[in-house]
Amino acid sequence: MAFEIIESCVNCYACEPLCPNQAIYAASPHFMIAEEKCTECIGDHIDAQCVSICPIEGAILDEMGVALNAPGSLTGIPPELLAKIDQQGTAAVL
Amino acid sequence: MELPVLNASQDSAPQGGCASHSCGSTDDQMDHLPESIRQKIYNHPCYSEQAHHYFARMHVAVAPACNIQCNYCNRKYDCANESRPGVVSEVMSPEQAVKKVMAVAATIPQMTVLGIAGPGDPLANPERTFQTFRELSEKAPDIKLCVSTNGLTLPDCVDELAKHNIDHVTITINCVDPDVGAKIYPWIFWKNQRLRGREAAEILIAQQQKGLEMLTARGILVKVNSVMIPGVNDEHLAEVSRVVKAKGAFLHNVMPLIAEAEHGTYYGVMGQRGPTHEELQKLQDACAGDMNMMRHCRQCRADAVGLLGEDRGQEFTMDKIEAMEIDYEAAMVKRAEVHAQIERELAIKEQAKTAKAELIAIQGLKSDKSATRPVLMAVATKGGGVINEHFGHASEFLIYEASPEGVRFIGHRKTTPYCEGGDTCGDGESALDQTLRILKGCEVVLCSKVGYEPWQPLEAAGIAPNGEHAMEPIEEAVAAVYEEMRSAGKLVEATETAQKAA
Ligand code: SF4
Ligand code: SF4
Ligand code: SF4
Repeated sequence: MAFEIIESCVNCYACEPLCPNQAIYAASPHFMIAEEKCTECIGDHIDAQCVSICPIEGAILDEMGVALNAPGSLTGIPPELLAKIDQQGTAAVL
Repeated sequence: MELPVLNASQDSAPQGGCASHSCGSTDDQMDHLPESIRQKIYNHPCYSEQAHHYFARMHVAVAPACNIQCNYCNRKYDCANESRPGVVSEVMSPEQAVKKVMAVAATIPQMTVLGIAGPGDPLANPERTFQTFRELSEKAPDIKLCVSTNGLTLPDCVDELAKHNIDHVTITINCVDPDVGAKIYPWIFWKNQRLRGREAAEILIAQQQKGLEMLTARGILVKVNSVMIPGVNDEHLAEVSRVVKAKGAFLHNVMPLIAEAEHGTYYGVMGQRGPTHEELQKLQDACAGDMNMMRHCRQCRADAVGLLGEDRGQEFTMDKIEAMEIDYEAAMVKRAEVHAQIERELAIKEQAKTAKAELIAIQGLKSDKSATRPVLMAVATKGGGVINEHFGHASEFLIYEASPEGVRFIGHRKTTPYCEGGDTCGDGESALDQTLRILKGCEVVLCSKVGYEPWQPLEAAGIAPNGEHAMEPIEEAVAAVYEEMRSAGKLVEATETAQKAA
């Protein structure tokens, strides 16, 4: 039972001090979660703390590899538009 | 700004004088402030219009985390509240930041203010922010400290801020109505949860207002920044201005939304536009009736070093700093000398200006008030309060308004220097086109020199290039050109743009 931070993390430090288990650490090229320490916050908080403050959609995954903050869920940008921008760059919205 | 004649004391702001009206020039934003506040902002490069030509500030990027999301921010870049969007600062540790600040202060004695503005929210990184402040208050007590915040955790930080002798705090307040807020802030992180919508905006607003009240109650200066978002909060900002003034904020700075699709922000990709220069100026004028407006904010990069508008960051990369030996005791002595010298210069300039204003009041501009319309003029300057920049090298222009009331400073407009722009800057707009666009509404551009090439397009756009006042003090030159225009009979008819600008 553990979450994972992936390369889209922007190293903003926001999650690190919130973890009740000190599972999160600064690393290169991005922050990491120590698998053996992460409890998904169960027993400490209703919501997983790292997931609740992370500003980057898709930077934290659950055990199944699913993004805990889905595309568009934090910025409000429609996911279809995000997908289009991913493919064609910002020219897609001009 | 218009400071009255300086008395015997060198290191304090001028006292009283000319309080009943703004003698000659109408650009003084500090006339109406209590003496205690004027003292505090006297030589602050961000707040004092006069001082920002002479003193310098810097920011250090020690605070990467944020606890809210703004629709004009892409969290891959710096906090858009204080810096330009699309810029990434290299995050420093507090130890590195302290080293850098001391190195810069020792090398550039004009550096008087150190701010922490990001790249996230400084108060969402309390340990890193306060460690930096703590060490600096101890090691470099002659540097003023400031911090800017979205306000969410501000009430919890007020005690700590007061301890570190922080001289002022900037809060970005875009609304006082949660329904408006819900359109600006998609979420906040609050008491271990991510909250959204109106509920989130309500808490953020309450925290901002509480923080503002707590700070002013403690006598800590508070400046309020607002981002003007057309169709979202533009009409609401006059109300914001009233509220924050009532609670004791000493300045309200309305900044334009900058939203480009390539910044990847919500507003950027959703096509939310920013305000035009005219809309911004109109709102600033509307709010000015209510309180002091700051018009000379340049939305500097959070890690810019040097005199305002001039970036010397490359001289102070981390490896260069590591190699420097800093004797701060000795540096402090030199700094004090330089500060005293600048203040003497400022005093002399003020004396000259007051005398000049009286002269003008007697014989010139003031005599046939309202007979002539106001005119906007753009000025190219490198600093020092004089016209000393080549048109083609200017990356920004200072905009002044001349009218029978006198000369007042309106704001800054940025551009790509014509000489560096190449043929086009990406989107097909040439650097010159961009400059022409940002100078819209101006009838004259004053600079130390204008090349042959831009001359014609400038005139065609109704902007008279003028290099005749090189090295002259800005306000005197603007007044002189206005006088020339008046005697040439160019100012009788009131045009629509001019009326708007008035
Ligand atoms: S889910 Fe909770 S325990 Fe796991 S890393 Fe995130 S904050 Fe720490
Ligand atoms: S909050 Fe998200 S982006 Fe920031 S360091 Fe943690 S995982 Fe990375
Ligand atoms: S407060 Fe600053 S860093 Fe945080 S979301 Fe807003 S603009 Fe971005």
